[in-house]
Amino acid sequence: MARIEIDGQPYDVLDGNNLLSACLSLGLDLPYFCWHPALGSAGACRQCAVIQYKDAEDKRGRLVMACMTPVADAMRISIAAEQARQFRSDNIELLMTNHPHDCPVCEEGGECHLQDMTVMTGHTFRRYRGLKRTHNNQNLGPFINHEMNRCIACYRCVRFYDDYAGGKDLQVFGMHNNVYFGRFEDGALENEFSGNLVEVCPTGVFTDKTFSAHYARKWDLQTAPSVCAHCGLGCNTAPGERYGELRRVINRYNGEVNGYFLCDRGRFGYGFVNSPKRILKPRLDDQEISADAAESHFRQLLKAGKPAIGIGSPRASLEANFALRTLVGEENFFLGLEDTEHILLNTIVELMRHGGIHSPSLREVEQADAVLILGEDVTHSAPRLALSLRQAARNASFDLAGSLHILPWQDAAVRNLENQAKSSVFIASICATRLDDVAANTYRGSPEDIARLGFAIAHCLDESAPAPAALGDAEQALAVIIADNLKQAKRPLIVSGTSCASLDVIQAAYNVAKALPATDKQLMFTVPECNSLGLAIMGGASLQQAFERIGTGLADSVIILENDLYRRVPGPELDRFLETAAHVVVIDSLENKTTAQAELQLPAATFAESEGTWVNNEGRGQRYFPVYPATDPVRGSWQWLTSVMENSQWRHHDALTAACASAFPDLAAIVQAAPGADYTVKGSKIPRQPHRYSGRTAMHADIKVSEPGQPHDPETPFAFSMEGDTGHVPPALLPVIWAPGWNSNQAINKFQQQTGGHLRDGDPGVRLIEAAGTLDWFGDIPPTFRPEQGRWRIMPLPHIFGTEELSGQSPAIAERLPAFCVLLNFLDAETLGVDSGDPVEISSLLGISILKIPVQIEPTLPRGLLGITAGLPAFQSMKTWTQVTVKKVNQEDRL
Amino acid sequence: METLAKPLTKNIRPDRAFTTLADYESTGGYQGLRKALAELQPKDVQQWVKDAGLRGRGGAGFGTGLKWSLVPLDDLSQTRYLVANADEMEPGTFKDRMLLEQDPHQLIEGMIIAAYAIQAQKAYIFLRGEYHVAKFRLEQALLEAKSKGYLGEHILNSAFNLEIVLHTGAGRYICGEETALLNALEGKRATPRAKPPFPLVSGLWGKPTVVNNVETLCNVPHILHYGVEWYQGLARGVDKGTKLFGAGGRVKHPGLWELPMGTPIREIIEQHAGGMRDGYKLRGFLPGGASTDFLLPEHLDVVMDFEAVAKAGSRMGTGVIIVLDDKTCPVRMVLNLEQFFAQESCGWCTPCRDGLPWTVTLLKDIIAGKGRIEDLDTLAGLTRMLGPGNTFCALAPGAVEPLQSALKYFRADFERYIAMERA
Repeated sequence: MARIEIDGQPYDVLDGNNLLSACLSLGLDLPYFCWHPALGSAGACRQCAVIQYKDAEDKRGRLVMACMTPVADAMRISIAAEQARQFRSDNIELLMTNHPHDCPVCEEGGECHLQDMTVMTGHTFRRYRGLKRTHNNQNLGPFINHEMNRCIACYRCVRFYDDYAGGKDLQVFGMHNNVYFGRFEDGALENEFSGNLVEVCPTGVFTDKTFSAHYARKWDLQTAPSVCAHCGLGCNTAPGERYGELRRVINRYNGEVNGYFLCDRGRFGYGFVNSPKRILKPRLDDQEISADAAESHFRQLLKAGKPAIGIGSPRASLEANFALRTLVGEENFFLGLEDTEHILLNTIVELMRHGGIHSPSLREVEQADAVLILGEDVTHSAPRLALSLRQAARNASFDLAGSLHILPWQDAAVRNLENQAKSSVFIASICATRLDDVAANTYRGSPEDIARLGFAIAHCLDESAPAPAALGDAEQALAVIIADNLKQAKRPLIVSGTSCASLDVIQAAYNVAKALPATDKQLMFTVPECNSLGLAIMGGASLQQAFERIGTGLADSVIILENDLYRRVPGPELDRFLETAAHVVVIDSLENKTTAQAELQLPAATFAESEGTWVNNEGRGQRYFPVYPATDPVRGSWQWLTSVMENSQWRHHDALTAACASAFPDLAAIVQAAPGADYTVKGSKIPRQPHRYSGRTAMHADIKVSEPGQPHDPETPFAFSMEGDTGHVPPALLPVIWAPGWNSNQAINKFQQQTGGHLRDGDPGVRLIEAAGTLDWFGDIPPTFRPEQGRWRIMPLPHIFGTEELSGQSPAIAERLPAFCVLLNFLDAETLGVDSGDPVEISSLLGISILKIPVQIEPTLPRGLLGITAGLPAFQSMKTWTQVTVKKVNQEDRL
Repeated sequence: METLAKPLTKNIRPDRAFTTLADYESTGGYQGLRKALAELQPKDVQQWVKDAGLRGRGGAGFGTGLKWSLVPLDDLSQTRYLVANADEMEPGTFKDRMLLEQDPHQLIEGMIIAAYAIQAQKAYIFLRGEYHVAKFRLEQALLEAKSKGYLGEHILNSAFNLEIVLHTGAGRYICGEETALLNALEGKRATPRAKPPFPLVSGLWGKPTVVNNVETLCNVPHILHYGVEWYQGLARGVDKGTKLFGAGGRVKHPGLWELPMGTPIREIIEQHAGGMRDGYKLRGFLPGGASTDFLLPEHLDVVMDFEAVAKAGSRMGTGVIIVLDDKTCPVRMVLNLEQFFAQESCGWCTPCRDGLPWTVTLLKDIIAGKGRIEDLDTLAGLTRMLGPGNTFCALAPGAVEPLQSALKYFRADFERYIAMERA
């Protein structure tokens, strides 16, 4: 710590920090634009000027930029000095010479950092009489609006997009006051993290296009803390609603998980909530019925005949799954996972419980000094993780910078060392990944060969680990290189997961992690869905066993919870199962092939209208809350399930959470994920609506002129209201980030221990599993994959847009789905006589035609594999087969 | 002895012919390099240059030997770079151009010695893109030097190796700023870098780098060849050596002359440039290029030394004087300059990017008769706002120097325009 004096007051601040970060961490107001805690200092905007004095005698001092000035013990500065205040005000005046002042029609208005800073500096009167320069705007695709005239040239967009996120297609063009931030030509932004531009931009240049389509001011949005539903990482989000429609999703800062950033799937995937495919009424045999009738029919089903079985879901909450499990009985509860995924997730849980290796948060991932990714294209399987790994790849630059006395926040200086600092990220994947640009080395192979490389690395690290037989020379050499790097690392990290659908790969990853000599080592597995890990921790039999249960006649009714089983198992098999079942009850939010088969359909609330707990891949239990009340008769799945229980002490969510916690030792801590419904601040519930929420008395006037009462929420500590105190709310319950004078998301400074650090009172979520014990080496090493002549193995590859079920139903995401094609190695394509774009016919080994589809050549895909986009409904017909034949389609029967 | 009085220009001939390697060697060329490699350690070379009192000729006047001595030499395996800043783009300044076009070996020899002094094995010449003639002549000279063993491996049978790469810029004033130059050389946008870290610690591609002006480097061979004492004896004032001084504007003989440091400005304008053209009177002058403050006829006796000019309220800058006569409007002259600087701002920091265009708007308004008297306060405020320390690099503080001094010395001219409007 260093002791410095600011405007005559002594403060203790972190050594090595810059003055701006130090001042903000102390809760002081100092305006800034170009600085960002995740991006470091740039020194471009000149907004954070303060006066620095040589000593106590020095009364005049000199102007310095706080962001560029390291704190030093006994330093004396002034924020309030007139000279500094005047400079900051004049600087804003300059920034604003070309700004259009179009706040009333600007979507940033009301949460605009530029507005806040302008007010903070006191600049009010505009002296500039000249013309303003104008720019052309670009169409940047379905996610982002572009309004360059508002630009104040803080350079944050390119520093985030290019430097931080590895994008290439957003650049600075031009010079002097005509600098232009955009693409070379119109077109969708290519980087998977483009949506963060909306929050990184301090004004309204980059705004959320999906929000524009149904825009409301920030102060008119109703918000509750939420968690992203679109992958297993559990990024924290703050969705906003108005008029019963989900309007947008923004980042909710969590210092351990997502920090400041979300991926585009998480930000723009919310549209499914407003989808016309939403199930809004209970239906019996395709006829709408009342909620009461639905409940009583449901009850009768349960009472009559043989026992019912329940099929749970990796995208439903722990509470909903637990309610179902309780309703049907443990022996009749099935996880709703296809066999391979079931086995993989069980193994991952076992490794996390007993493997003895720490499962890191994303913050910890960023601190890794060597990384081995085994079998994952993380940008597509767990996108936000890719952004963290990209930062981990920079750690060697930070070390080098340290040796040159360059501080970590001196961003350009650290980045200038990047070409000298060797990356220690190694990627073994099926084919090229979006992180390859920061990798020291890449390897492409079949899942078997990826696993073999992993086993070989483990053996290089520790001779007692089993070695693969007959390993190729190239693989052996690579294994030695990777092992050497990992061995030298202080904080090595192994990343693997379920993408390859290969148990071998997961076991190999464990062997490598176990063999690492470092004590501070980490092993992270990606999982496909928001509660995959929670469901696996809960445990239960597989889908195949459910089929058997019905097939053998031990049970005759099926209750399916938030799960489109057609996405998981081959259609014909499922058709048989559902036909055999006497009664099929489906609780879900969107129509799909499974709901179409239901006798009784029950409308479920989405994450935006209900509460629950999910467990992310780290093993962190996190609570999400309804943003707005579900429209009757839509209700949370857990509510449907508990409403039909004979004797329900679980009519309230907290009781259900508590029961779930006590039923499973690994879930015991979920009650601590957030305070319960009885939590109040100064005797009131926490308001979901900001204190400036407008139109409350008028918004329903077309229905009834008198103001309706606010809906009650007995399940959470929140009120659907603007009344109440948000002053001292625990981090897990912070709906809106706001502080006096700070209307933009930058107000988060006021809630952090240090800028960019942990939230005061700790980051939300509770870690459920800590590393303990150790397991034996896995020794079941597969032989190398050898393509068979004339046969191809189907290899589903995750894609950020398309693989995940719910986001795929969002219009903006649907516009970005990958091309419908199969990937082939160029040698395979040559053998078949096809080129990119040519159609091929895919048939089963028995010659049954499955699909005609264009080919895309992927040079990095191993021979003998046929790459398809995982989860894309168009590929559902391929589920039945693992091996297929491919032939060229003749010209006459082209597609 | 003529040769010794004008070491920098001794090979420069009235016909502007190119000094070949043979010509260059015949007047003592590469003798300084031979001495350095044969007799001196790198640290000794640094000491000689430090003792000689050579100060950077690009405008800032930082001690050259001192700069070199700050490069860490302890790790011999470390890559280091030397860069010759030949991006001469200061309006009114053309001194380096003459050295580059007519005696390129002098620069090359200076670079080899400098590279030896800092133990750099690779050096770059960052040449202004518009200097086509210099480009061809440097290319030829580099080939000659290489074929004669002055460049490449084991230079003059020593253990020292050096490669020199000629890089031509794409025409941006900001590339003359040494860190923007380094970014441009790396293929990045020509935006200056924050200091610290200084290029001496982390420069080109993050390696220790020395950037020296062309004229600075051209002094080096002579210091080595003729010695420190001789060099110190050249000057008439406090600063050492000779320098290229010039004058442009409505003088009788605009031109460039190598003169001792400490030469009075009066001598340059009245004697060497032949005084004002008939019918014109001297109204003021920018002593060292467009980005220096105006001085007045009363300052003619100031001598061309860094401190002396600074004391008079301006900067020696590049030492090439722009003369303002009584028939040229200072307001329009300043507008012309500010238009240049506003255009050449890199766009990185706010005061420069948005402040300079505003000065242009205001000056245009004033000249167009749309000015207001309070605009002069706004302009003065902007010159303070864009002053040293407030902006990211030195472009804007230099850019407002002619404006701030014009407001001081020629305020009546501004007011006349504004009054015209009132009337």
